[in-house]
Amino acid sequence: MRRGGTALALLGLAAAVAFPLLTTRVTWQNAAILMMMTAQLGVAWNILGGYAGQVSLGHAAFFGAGAYVSTLLSVKLGVSPWLGMGAGAVVAAGLGVLVGTPCFRLKGHYFAMATIAVGEIVQALVNGSDALGGAVGFNLPLGETGFWGFVFNRSKLPYYYIALGLLLATVGVNWIVNRSHVGYYLRAIKDEPDAARSLGVSLTRYKMIAMILSAGLTAMGGTLYAQKELFIDPGSTLSTSLSIKIALVAILGGAGTLWGPVLGAVVLTAIEEATRIAFGGTGRGTDLVVYGALLVVIAVFQPSGIAGLFTRRAPRPPAPPEPEARFP
Amino acid sequence: MSAPLLEVRGLTKRFGGLTANEDVGFTLREGEIMGLIGPNGAGKTTVFNALAGFFPPTSGTILLDGAPVEGLPPEAIAARGVARTFQIVRIFRSMTVLENVMVGAMLRHRAVPKAAVVARETLDFTGLGRRAHDPAAQLTVAEQKRLELTRALATGPRLLLLDEVMAGLTASEVQEAVELVKRIRDRGIACVVVEHVMEGIMPIADRMVVLENGRKIAEGPPAAISVDPNVIRAYLGEGYLAPGP
Amino acid sequence: MTVELLLQTLLSGILFGLVYALVAIGLTLIFGVMDIVNFAHGEFLMFGMYAAFWAFALWGLDPIVTLPLTTLLLFAVGVAVYRLVIRRITDAPMLSQIFATFGLMIFFRGLAQYLWKPDFRSVDHTIVAGKVAFAGLQFGLPQVVAAGGAVLTTAAVWAFLRFTRLGAALEATAADKEAAALMGIDAQKMFALAWGIGAACAGVAGALLATYYPIFPEVGSTFILVAFVLVALGGFGSVVGAFWAGILVGIVEVMGGFLWDPAYKMVLVLSLYLIVVWFRPQGLMGKA
Repeated sequence: MRRGGTALALLGLAAAVAFPLLTTRVTWQNAAILMMMTAQLGVAWNILGGYAGQVSLGHAAFFGAGAYVSTLLSVKLGVSPWLGMGAGAVVAAGLGVLVGTPCFRLKGHYFAMATIAVGEIVQALVNGSDALGGAVGFNLPLGETGFWGFVFNRSKLPYYYIALGLLLATVGVNWIVNRSHVGYYLRAIKDEPDAARSLGVSLTRYKMIAMILSAGLTAMGGTLYAQKELFIDPGSTLSTSLSIKIALVAILGGAGTLWGPVLGAVVLTAIEEATRIAFGGTGRGTDLVVYGALLVVIAVFQPSGIAGLFTRRAPRPPAPPEPEARFP
Repeated sequence: MSAPLLEVRGLTKRFGGLTANEDVGFTLREGEIMGLIGPNGAGKTTVFNALAGFFPPTSGTILLDGAPVEGLPPEAIAARGVARTFQIVRIFRSMTVLENVMVGAMLRHRAVPKAAVVARETLDFTGLGRRAHDPAAQLTVAEQKRLELTRALATGPRLLLLDEVMAGLTASEVQEAVELVKRIRDRGIACVVVEHVMEGIMPIADRMVVLENGRKIAEGPPAAISVDPNVIRAYLGEGYLAPGP
Repeated sequence: MTVELLLQTLLSGILFGLVYALVAIGLTLIFGVMDIVNFAHGEFLMFGMYAAFWAFALWGLDPIVTLPLTTLLLFAVGVAVYRLVIRRITDAPMLSQIFATFGLMIFFRGLAQYLWKPDFRSVDHTIVAGKVAFAGLQFGLPQVVAAGGAVLTTAAVWAFLRFTRLGAALEATAADKEAAALMGIDAQKMFALAWGIGAACAGVAGALLATYYPIFPEVGSTFILVAFVLVALGGFGSVVGAFWAGILVGIVEVMGGFLWDPAYKMVLVLSLYLIVVWFRPQGLMGKA
């Protein structure tokens, strides 16, 4: 199973590298870029939401931080978006610490709801701030093109390979985390937080590590998005529906698994695009009907995500009997 | 004589108006096994949770090697060499048996391969080695309790707090558990054992502490405790007296 | 700033907050009984509004007149959603429950767009049109009626839970499913009932809102966020908590818009919520 997985991953990688050489159709290349960008976000979310089990529905705030920080730095100060990407990741990580400090005390639904609130607050603040472009957002100037300027207008290929690179780097971070004691600790925290503490695991410290990595990587995806679209506004980079979509990608594929979110992104983007092409354009929401219905069907029939199809399910253990008091 | 490993003085814990522990005190030397018994609601688990750092005591001191540890969080207590099990097992269900124990071993060995080696050794010591690669959720209740003990042991503790590890086990499983606790003590690890199963605790405890209504009502060797009128009354009063073996 | 203006603003905030509360009550009821957060709850409200609208547009019936029918219809929708979808994910992990109800939300919005187009609609004249003057203050009659209806419905739900056998069974299921099952309570039936009542509350709110609020497929999104805040603020599962939280949030919202900047009113509401859960993670009236 594990060896087969590695072979599959290498095969997928080779296909991903070769893909743009096989098709010159811009629509296909665009769809592939979108898929990889979505996958990257799901993989980044997975560190916090999947491994550590802290279901965030406010990740758009980190995505937006990446998009806005790099854009502001480049528009106002002429800083290369590559540096902006790093700065965005740092800002998002800081925001993550700010969010985590109060919210990590909350459990389950309470944590999820609080992160929605944080995401909405950030969106509302940006919406109301003229300095940050308000509800109108920013058009990025075409200015300096080429690698250092991070703007490519002749071909989509550079975006394709940057998206692929960022996705691989994010999967790589997950892989390293997963293999190190941090990964074990995160899964322990998700399964039984009290037991983890009794073994010397500081919940706050390790949840925070997960948060910082997850937020920082999500922000890098935000910068890539801004540079590719050359337009950002609160609706496209900070909305709760984006937050939920990021979580959905991971959940659909299989939260807490290395490749699940990638699988989820492929399937979700394919469903979205297919329904949009087949039923969209009428302005009558047929695509939404089909898309929504599919989500429900998947949630009902494959609750552990697509990756769950490949793993054995462990049977439920019997409940421990009640202790009895006895005295000799 | 050196300072005792654990010294508890005047331990009091109140939840709102309810007093769970009142002025409890005892000491424990290295490599000693102490039984902590008492009727239901006597406050055993509260003492336990105070020792493990889960509820900070309202007042009183807990000295570990002479240094105060009361009010420290569980993870800090664990780092100082105190490990525990839970009354209702809390194994990591998404992991294998080995991985469960590795999480414990990582307290002293951050590197994953080293943690795996230590975990494997500990599993062999407790007799769970052959189940190392099974999903933890597939274990029987007795095995899950043993897994929890193994996991605690893998943190390299000097003091092990065992919360009803024998409850719900069959007679032969109790016997195995008794043997295991003895072998743990032979490694120089002190144990505080909260237990309802008296035939489990009586033969191995060096000393017993009996709680009733949050207070210590008796302390001494098992033989003396089993004939202590206070203790018998405490159990009788609760209507728990059952003919012994 | 005059005292009248201040009072006027304050009271209109309370009036709207009461309607918020009615939407949240259904949500908190479902959560309390089943531990499921229903992301599609705003769409129940939307269906209630459209039901009122079409009865008006097709047959000229006033939303207030058809309110009992709208309520029954939404009760049926709630039960149907439970039977067809939710029943199958009762024991699924929280993640796939989020996934399922979020899918339902998209599905219902799409359905509304498909059936009724994305246009904004409104009920142009209703029997509750007009204004009421009161001690120098003036309020729209629809707003007053909606708030009154919301209070009555909330009281009815509260009394149902408190004083009827069925309500007690529902509360018992919320408190402890296993114990309730031992007492012979059919959990499945209780879950369906919670969804029915939850959706019906949103239906009442929809019918009441239809008398003065625009009707469009995404209208639920405006209310669902506030409803989430009320549920968490009041305490997950607490009907009374959601009611008081509704009033509180209504006040904070209008006063924020009034004293600061309307663009930031949600920031205030959400910050209030975060501050409360920081000190009381279980919400104002939730069980610890």
